[in-house]
Amino acid sequence: MSLSIWLGALEQGLLWGAMVLGVYITFRVLNYADLTIDGSFTLGAAVATRLIFAGGNPWLATFLAVCAGAVAGLITGLLHTKLKIAPLLSGILVMIALYSINLRIMGQANLSLLRSDTIFTWMRHIHAGNAGPSLLGLAAVLLVSAGLYLFLQTELGMALRATGDNEQMIRSLGVNTDGTKLIGLAMGNALVAFSGGMVAQYQGFADIGMGIGMIIAGLASVIIGEALVGTLTLIRCLLAAVTGSIIYRAVIALVLQLGMPSTDLKLLTALIVIIALALPLFRERLGLKARRRERGEQIAQAERGNQSF
Amino acid sequence: MNRLLRLNGVTKVFNPGGVNERIALRDISLHLAPGDVVAVIGSNGAGKSTLLNVVAGVYEIDTGIISLDGSPVQALPEHARAAQIGRVFQDPLLGTAASMTIEENLAMALRRGRRRGLRRGVSAGERELFREQLSLLGLGLEGRLSARVGLLSGGQRQALTVLMATIAAPKLLLLDEHTAALDPRTARTVLELTEKIIARHGLTTLMVTHNLEQALTVGNRTIMMHEGRIVLNLTEPERSNMHVSDLLLKFEQISGNTLDNDRMLLTARG
Repeated sequence: MSLSIWLGALEQGLLWGAMVLGVYITFRVLNYADLTIDGSFTLGAAVATRLIFAGGNPWLATFLAVCAGAVAGLITGLLHTKLKIAPLLSGILVMIALYSINLRIMGQANLSLLRSDTIFTWMRHIHAGNAGPSLLGLAAVLLVSAGLYLFLQTELGMALRATGDNEQMIRSLGVNTDGTKLIGLAMGNALVAFSGGMVAQYQGFADIGMGIGMIIAGLASVIIGEALVGTLTLIRCLLAAVTGSIIYRAVIALVLQLGMPSTDLKLLTALIVIIALALPLFRERLGLKARRRERGEQIAQAERGNQSF
Repeated sequence: MNRLLRLNGVTKVFNPGGVNERIALRDISLHLAPGDVVAVIGSNGAGKSTLLNVVAGVYEIDTGIISLDGSPVQALPEHARAAQIGRVFQDPLLGTAASMTIEENLAMALRRGRRRGLRRGVSAGERELFREQLSLLGLGLEGRLSARVGLLSGGQRQALTVLMATIAAPKLLLLDEHTAALDPRTARTVLELTEKIIARHGLTTLMVTHNLEQALTVGNRTIMMHEGRIVLNLTEPERSNMHVSDLLLKFEQISGNTLDNDRMLLTARG
């Protein structure tokens, strides 16, 4: 396989990295299965593309995409905390609502950025060459990871982690868990929209369907990364999300190269997640069986020893 | 009179009007003086845990007044009341965050009731305090500040929870059968530890227990609940002359029933 394909996977892994970190925040830290993500990824892309299309500054457009994502997360959080709608349903509701909103923002199902100035053309101006997208992606991922690393160790960040770990406990220590959930969901979706905004500029268009299955792609990345890097420390967790994102894009690049039709990708992703989720169960069952057999043989052997007496 | 905790005419009904309606608390009035340590006993479903939960703010009450240190708190949500109330649950897993370290758990407990901002979650000075406080537990945890709490045993976690519930010096401590899920030896250790900490801070305490022996030896008062009412209020010196058998007899006289708390009977016979 050619180097350019791997370089492409690296670029994509880094650009989608912020999305995976967003999924890490909601799914892992906050322990909240947030499906808003499918909608907020496209929302970020729609906002950034629309503004750039209208001649806006691409950096400002990307920033506003982040803000839009945060608002989407807040709304999901408000549905859950104030209206007491179940987490899963709150996310689905906002995701569906965002479909219409995204179409309104874009004005059409597909909006192209041909010949518009994006953050990537800006990178070309500063002579970053072919490494432009990778450098920008790396900068984004480093910035976000460093920010998360610092934040999750502050008083508020710790309250957020505790909300995902043991809500009853942190409430009994005087934390309003509605508030920490809102913050976590806003942060997670802001990161997802950030990624969406960058990806749209990278590929040169926003598409209404580009967020479909994003939650599963994010989850697959997180799981792959955790299996490879581990979760022992906070740094490892963050590194796992980014590594997972890159490996996931490499796997996708590989199967496409091997001739899999791109329309089958979502099926593949779903299978990866199913296998990854089921793996611990199988391992446990196999281990249990082996242990039982071992113990059974021990007992049988001891019995035989007695009989020979 | 100076009262730290005052419940007046507190009633709590679950599922009012429905087929599953259950009156958990009936017109409860209970006053605790500062430093009072009150053991709460009663059969299953007597309302012991509900009593603790309405004080902590987990459930809203239907009628009545709850005031803490002179100010009414019945309208405050749980997290707002938590500034002044430390709690330890029966399940050792409920009192700590397993994926976080010992020092992080303690640091969160130390900030009980304070605004949490973007300052560092654990400071160097606090680590010193934690080491000192943990060494008082005598479990060797002072050398494991950065170990995840999930690695600790149930007894260690419960001892840590007791420390977390009291480290920010709350006005009131609520213990909900906090030694019931531990093996007898560990339960004894955790209880001794709890008594030591209560004595050190002079904490006003409500302690639900199923152990009648405990109910007569820990603290200075014993109340018995039955069907949502407080049916017996034992104070010193009367309490010191009571035995477990007297307590059982009292219960049968008052309720016309035998005590049907399985665990309580087990410990009463043993």
